Amino acid sequence: MRAKSTLENYLFILPALIIFSIFYIYPFYKVFQLGLYDWDGISPTKVFVGLGNFKEIIFEDKIWWKSMLNASYITLVALTFQNALAFCLALACDRQIRMRNFYRTIFFIPPVLSEVVVGLVWQWILDGNYGILNNFFVKIGLPHLARNWLSDPKTALNCVAFVHSWKGFGWGFLIFLAGLQTIPRELYEAAKVDGAGAWQVFKRITFPLMIPVMVLVAILTVLGTMQAFVLIIAMTGGGPAYHTEVPVLRILASMRGSSRFGYACAQGISFGVILVIVSFIQYRLSRKAREIY
Amino acid sequence: MKHPLYYKTKKITLSILTHLFLLIVVASCLFPLLWMIGSSLKTQQTIFSDMSLIPKEMHWENYYHAWKQGGFSRYFLNSIFYTVSVVTGIVLVSSLAAYAFSRFNFVGRNLIFYTFMAAMMIPIPGSFVPLYVLLNKLHLRNTQLGYILCMINVGLSTSIFLLKTFFDKMPKELEDAARIDGCSKLGIWWHVALPLAKPVLAVVVVFNALNVWNEYVLALIIFDNRNLMPLQVALTTFQGEFITQYPLLMAGLTITALPIILVYFLMQKYIVKGVTQGAVVG
Repeated sequence: MRAKSTLENYLFILPALIIFSIFYIYPFYKVFQLGLYDWDGISPTKVFVGLGNFKEIIFEDKIWWKSMLNASYITLVALTFQNALAFCLALACDRQIRMRNFYRTIFFIPPVLSEVVVGLVWQWILDGNYGILNNFFVKIGLPHLARNWLSDPKTALNCVAFVHSWKGFGWGFLIFLAGLQTIPRELYEAAKVDGAGAWQVFKRITFPLMIPVMVLVAILTVLGTMQAFVLIIAMTGGGPAYHTEVPVLRILASMRGSSRFGYACAQGISFGVILVIVSFIQYRLSRKAREIY
Repeated sequence: MKHPLYYKTKKITLSILTHLFLLIVVASCLFPLLWMIGSSLKTQQTIFSDMSLIPKEMHWENYYHAWKQGGFSRYFLNSIFYTVSVVTGIVLVSSLAAYAFSRFNFVGRNLIFYTFMAAMMIPIPGSFVPLYVLLNKLHLRNTQLGYILCMINVGLSTSIFLLKTFFDKMPKELEDAARIDGCSKLGIWWHVALPLAKPVLAVVVVFNALNVWNEYVLALIIFDNRNLMPLQVALTTFQGEFITQYPLLMAGLTITALPIILVYFLMQKYIVKGVTQGAVVG
């Protein structure tokens, strides 16, 4: 009886466990193994190269490091511009304000759209010849501002970062708003009674209480933005001349373009390790920040 | 003490400025979508000259052409098929597991549960490389089943987490009553636990449906056969081949985006819940 019952318990988790083992655990292990080989993905023999792939990534792969730099730049824009905008909007919507639900509904439309749709629509808006943006600049008498936004090395990366933030701010807004609404209203009232001004209330109550939420949003923004690439496939494909290239695009190129499966795995590992370290540092910094306040 | 009118004016000005700021952001959210729809109704000639948001002549036939010639009818049905199959799979598999994690005691329960949770937090960029190799070996690459199984796995951890949290808080009395009536564990899960879990199941369904509908990279590496591709991949292929057919491309984009926007408007409550709860664990 006991044995049958135990067996039954395992039957409940078996389907999940099988799918998870095959499609998560096994690839996880495999990525570490393949990273040590030189392999084209087809041939039956793999050449063991040890840490050779990693050496090549660190010392020779200039485009890889350029792609890391680009992703970091986009992440920096997302961390500052996107999250600051999201936070300001959340603050504005936290008070008793008319049409709050309307604003919330609209702000979350870009995040539910796919990166392909967003990328292709913005590509059309920013089109160098027929795009509405250039047309607008010509109309208002500033034709010298018109340019090939996505094929000009000077503007391509900024455009991608902007569109990424456009797609993402509604998501940060939603989490910030949920966080703001957990702050007890009595605190605000008590502060008001004590004669605190709006800035004082923000500095002493809202900001310190929101630090955990800000850290959460920051960590998720870094993880999400560093790994973003579909938007870039849709907008520029990584061009012009690697100016909008990002790490995951490089991994995809190593695999599909140059058929270097082992090298692609090694790139994935290096990148994953960096991401884990960065989020760990952010987490530690946040604990420091909480001690100060 | 300043005049009361001073405070009133200050308040109103502040309110107007706040709304102005919010409305500008609203406009920036909506404009690209309206521009997409507007462009989809122009012709190959007028799209490069007519810069009005609402074109003078509406060419609805673009949608017909995209649907027929662009092959979007096929891709649309594929996307629907993948979304429905994957979401059904996730609901069944993850609710079974979540129920066991919440209600039963067995050796290794916590270890297995936390392994699932760890999968949400450890990023493996480039995991699609070994996945591609694996699917090739199993002869599942370029098949619908291969894609569906991969996508079920993608949604598993978050769904198990959401469902287990819900089951943990759900009172056990009804299940106890069913057990006394001689109902089997599987029967209790299906007849008692699942119906009670409807609110959280709605979150799981909507959240995963959005995820599958918008998925890109797995579909890109799994499918060579164009007839099996979902909308997202088909769009980039279409764009690559018909680079200048902007009206048709914009019609295709609208066809891809509209169902999502519709589902979002109808199911907003559940999506918001999924985002805020999902973020807490993520």
